Order: sequence, then C-alpha cells, then structure tokens
Amino acid sequence: ENYLYCIYSSKHPYNMNLVTIHFNNLIKKMVFCISIYDVKGVDILRRDFLWKNMAVYGPVVKIHPVVLASIADSYERRNEGATRVIGTILGTIDKHSVEITNCFSVPHNESEDEVAVDMEFAKNMYELHKKVSPSEAIVGWYATGFDITEHSVLIHEYYSREAQNPIHLTLDTTLQNGKMNVRAYVSAQMGVPGKTVGVMFTPLTVKHIYYDTERIGIDLLHTTCASPSRTNGLTSDLAQVGTSAARVQDMLTTVLAYIEDVLSGKVIADNSVGRCLMDLLNKVPFIPAEDFESMLNSNINDLLMVTYLTNLAQAQISLNEKLVVL
Amino acid sequence: MASRKESGVSSSNTLDSPVKQIQIEGLVVLKIIKHYQEEGQGSEVVQGVLLGLVVEDRLEITNCFPFPQHTEEDADFDEVQYQMEMMRSLRHVNIDHLHVGWYQSTFYGSFVSRALLDSQFSYQHAIEESVVLIYDPIKTAQGSLSLKAYRLTPKLMEICKEKDFSAEGLKKAAVGYENMFEEVPIVIKNSHLISVLLWELEEKSTVPSKHELLSLSSSSHLEKSLQMLMDRVDDMSQDIVKFNTFSRNTSKQQQQKHQYIQRRQQENTQRQSRGEPPLPEEDISKMFKPPQPPPRMDTLLIAGQINTYCQTVKEFTSQNLGKLFMAEALQGHNS
Repeated sequence: ENYLYCIYSSKHPYNMNLVTIHFNNLIKKMVFCISIYDVKGVDILRRDFLWKNMAVYGPVVKIHPVVLASIADSYERRNEGATRVIGTILGTIDKHSVEITNCFSVPHNESEDEVAVDMEFAKNMYELHKKVSPSEAIVGWYATGFDITEHSVLIHEYYSREAQNPIHLTLDTTLQNGKMNVRAYVSAQMGVPGKTVGVMFTPLTVKHIYYDTERIGIDLLHTTCASPSRTNGLTSDLAQVGTSAARVQDMLTTVLAYIEDVLSGKVIADNSVGRCLMDLLNKVPFIPAEDFESMLNSNINDLLMVTYLTNLAQAQISLNEKLVVL
Repeated sequence: MASRKESGVSSSNTLDSPVKQIQIEGLVVLKIIKHYQEEGQGSEVVQGVLLGLVVEDRLEITNCFPFPQHTEEDADFDEVQYQMEMMRSLRHVNIDHLHVGWYQSTFYGSFVSRALLDSQFSYQHAIEESVVLIYDPIKTAQGSLSLKAYRLTPKLMEICKEKDFSAEGLKKAAVGYENMFEEVPIVIKNSHLISVLLWELEEKSTVPSKHELLSLSSSSHLEKSLQMLMDRVDDMSQDIVKFNTFSRNTSKQQQQKHQYIQRRQQENTQRQSRGEPPLPEEDISKMFKPPQPPPRMDTLLIAGQINTYCQTVKEFTSQNLGKLFMAEALQGHNS
C-alpha cells in the first residue's frame, strides 16, 4: 500500500489537518478512501474543538441509547478473531435530521484482502423487524472501532443501494483515548472531475435523545455503575422517594457550598448563577400558613381514606375466599 | 391485615421453585421501554419474548425481541414462524437463543387475566423456569421504573394441568388468590462496556435527569386506578351474587329431592299395605338436574386482580404521603 501524505490547507484557523489517502493496489479498484486523521500529539481539547467546527453539511443525527447499548452488546458477543462488528441501523428520516431508533448486527468476515457481508441475513432481519415496526427504515450501517478502513467503503457502497445517502455510525469500543466516542458520517464524492472519483466521509453532529421513560430507565441503569458488582435491585415505593430526596439534598449542599464560597470571597460572584439562584428561591410558592395547612391536611386525608378503602377491599376478598372454600 | 398480605407475597418466594432471582441486562430494559413507547400508544398491550439462560438458581435475561401486534389484515400471519426465524437469525450473531419467558406491558396494573394465565402456563409447562415480566409504562413515566416478574405457583400449575377449575378442585389444591402468582425479585446487571457507555451518555446528555418522582400532582393517576378498582369490585360482587344464587338453588334442590324421596317411600308403604307392587325407583338424579356451579376460576382471577390494584394504590399513597411531608417541611422553613 502506498500512502500519500499531503497537507490540506483550509480556511480554518487550525490548519493542522493531515489528510491521508490510501491507495489500495490489491483490490485494483480506484477507490480512494480519505479519512481525517488527527496529528499525533494534538491535545484532546483541540481535537474536540476541530471536530465541533468541522463541516455540518448534512442532517443532524439523533441516537437513542438503546441503539448504542445494542452495538456494545453485539461487540461483546463477536466471533473469535473478529476485531469489529457491523450491522444495520434503522430509523426515521426528517427534513433536517435522522432519528436512529433501532439496529441489528449482521455477520461478516473481514480479512486483509476481502470483506464478506451476509446480505441475505440482513435482508431477512429487516423484514422481520418491519413486521413489528413498519415505520422504521434502513438509514445506514454501524461499525465498532476507531477508524474508517477501506473495507468500510465497500460496505458503504452496498448500503447506498439499500438507502438513500446512508449514514455510517461508529462506536469506539476499543476505547481509544479513554473515551467511547460515537461518530456519524455521510459519504460525499470528491476528486477531480473527469478523472477517478473518490469518496470522502464527512462527519455529522451527533445528539443523544431520549423518550421520557428512556431517560428514567437510563437513570436507573446508571446506578448500577456505582456498585462494585455492577448490580442494582429495583427498590420499592417509599425507598425511591427517599433516594430522590437524598439526591435533592446533595444538590442543595453543593449550591450552599458555592454560596458560602462567594460570600467569603473565595469565588467571584457570577451574575447569571445568581439569577438562577433567585429563580430557584422564588419557585417555592409563598402560601399563607393556614391555607397551606388546610391544603396539606385535605390531601393527607384523601390519601388516608384511599388507603383505608383499599385495605377494606383486600379484607373483603380474603373473607370471601374463606367463605367460598367452606 | 395489610402486613399479612405483604408477608403472604414474600413468603411464597421461599417455596422451592427453581428460580429465586432474576438478573436482567440493561439492554433488555431499554428495549422493552422503546417497544412500548413506539408501538404501544394506541392499543393496550405489547408483548415480546425474553431470551437468556439459567445459572444455578438465577435466571439471566440477556436479550429480547418484540412481537408484532395482532392485526386483522394479516390473518395468516404465522407467529410461530416469526419466532423461529428470529431465533435462528439471532443465533447467527451469537445472541442467546434460549427462550426463557415473555414480557407484556400493562395498563394501570391490570394484567391478571385468563389470557395471561394460559400463556404463562403453556410457557412454564414447556420450560420450567420461565417468567412473565410485567412492565407498567404509566407508572414508569411517573418517575421510577416499574418492572415486575411473576411465575405461577406449583399449586396453580397442577390445577391448570388437570384443567379442573371447579370449586372442589380449587379447594383440594388450597389455592387462594394470594397463591396464584409468585413475584420473583429482579436485579439489573450491566457489563463493563455498557457501564462505560452509560458514563459517556451521562456526560454528553443534553436532557437533564428527570425528577418526575418528586412531583406532587398525581391525583389523575390515583383516580384512574381507583376507577379500575371499582370496576373490578363490581365484577366481583356480580360473581358473588351468582354464587349465592347457585348455592341457594342447590340447597333448594336438595330439599326437593328429600321431599320426593319421602313421598315415594310413603306411597310405597301405602301400596304395600294395599298389596300392590311398589312403584319403581326412578332415577332421581335424572329428574332433578343439579344446577351448573359457576366457574370459580374467574372469581379467583378477579380477586387476584383486585389484590394487585390494592397493592399498587397503597404503594402510590405511601409515596405521596412522603412527598407531602417533604413539601410541608419546605414550606415550614420558608415561613
């Protein structure tokens, strides 16, 4: 393989992009795969800044957490010897955004020279999935790993037949740089017109979106990260209110600590934070004591009555049970 | 009374059932949530299959896939075929293809029904350790994930096997509505990679974590639950009335039979005294057809359902009481 390095200058203030062009002799296909590599030694912050400022000429990609969890799970279950897994992603397309709601993995074999994807399998799975959610369509494909390789181009070509302008999603399960990055790309043609045409993967902005219930589910799952055995039981009623209250208490302590610091001069007061605190205090409604007392009491009475009635109903059915069995 | 009910549910866990605990992966939880969110808005129930394996006395659920809704158009839709194809495909990508149960969403907690009983029975009959996961989306939207796992008790299994749903059968097996289902505790477990993913999401998420749990305005939910409870109690009372009429009818019939036999005997003695041959003994049972005993199973199911409603309502009220006291403390501080 020959590598051609050239420095690509752009109007960006940070002119430190290095563009590598792979020229693959073995496949004899004049396909150029260009990926934007970061210079070794550029610190992480600058890279993130570059990433955010790069071209966003494409739809915004919104990902649900279930997709990422699915990808991570299929990576864990990969066949021996495979370094990465690929699969199809399903979702819905809007005018300006693509919402990715589901995915499934597709068995594939990858070696130095060639890549084989089980397309029959992919078609089958898509049919099955369509039976459950007819509104989901193929919007692209995913791969785990950090790089975009030459094989990715071929796979991307296949997927362009399935969907218009497919999105390529990568999840960095190898945890390069200590982070699990989620990136999305769209392919674009590039090159000198008339001569061989190449393919470039342009990055897109990635957003994580949640349904309300998903958000609550993720919060619960997050608690398992804290325990050493990575487990967590599902607590019941009052205990949950207790934990919620504890969380609010923690937040209040942080706020109080900040206020103390500001008052004692350790931290410079920030006006916007001050305004937020003002909003916070005003949120507790000022209700005259008697009104609040009566409201509270009537609510408590309602709840107690309901508890009494349900206990009565339970007593009734158990009594009925005993009588019938006589 | 209330504490006895609670202990009744928890003590049945110590029955010697093969599954003492359920371990679910985070992925399964997310998939169930997503399935309801996307497909379950109109109709009441979404269902799916759970996949996993059994380790000692734990049932580990590692993946799941949803079932399409039953629609009128695809009458020739083959459920079994869908399932087989799905499992075969999943096996190719190394996902556990062992069937270990099924999940169902519920509407305000109303899931104790004949259909559920039948499905769970056929599952448990085929696979010893299967469970049914009940996911309550409305309760989850209120702040805390509501996922419960149930199995049929061995006693109920026996009854279903023999299909003997009459009163005597139930009495023999001593099955009360408390002993129908046993709840199995659930534990959520995530692998290391998923934990890393969760941390990433936490950093990057733009949606703040929800504090729905602490919201005080939940009276509409309470109303709905109580409404359903009242409906069920109405059903129950109808059933009771039916049973009462049945028992009254049986006792009346007994009396009639007695009278008939007595009259017969009297006539026979009279005839004997007159020297005529006695009247033939007629088959009494054919003359007096015993009234149909009402099916007991439905009553049992209704009782079970009422019980679950009561449990959920009580949980709800205890939560709300806690929240009200918190609000009081906050207000007290203010004034």
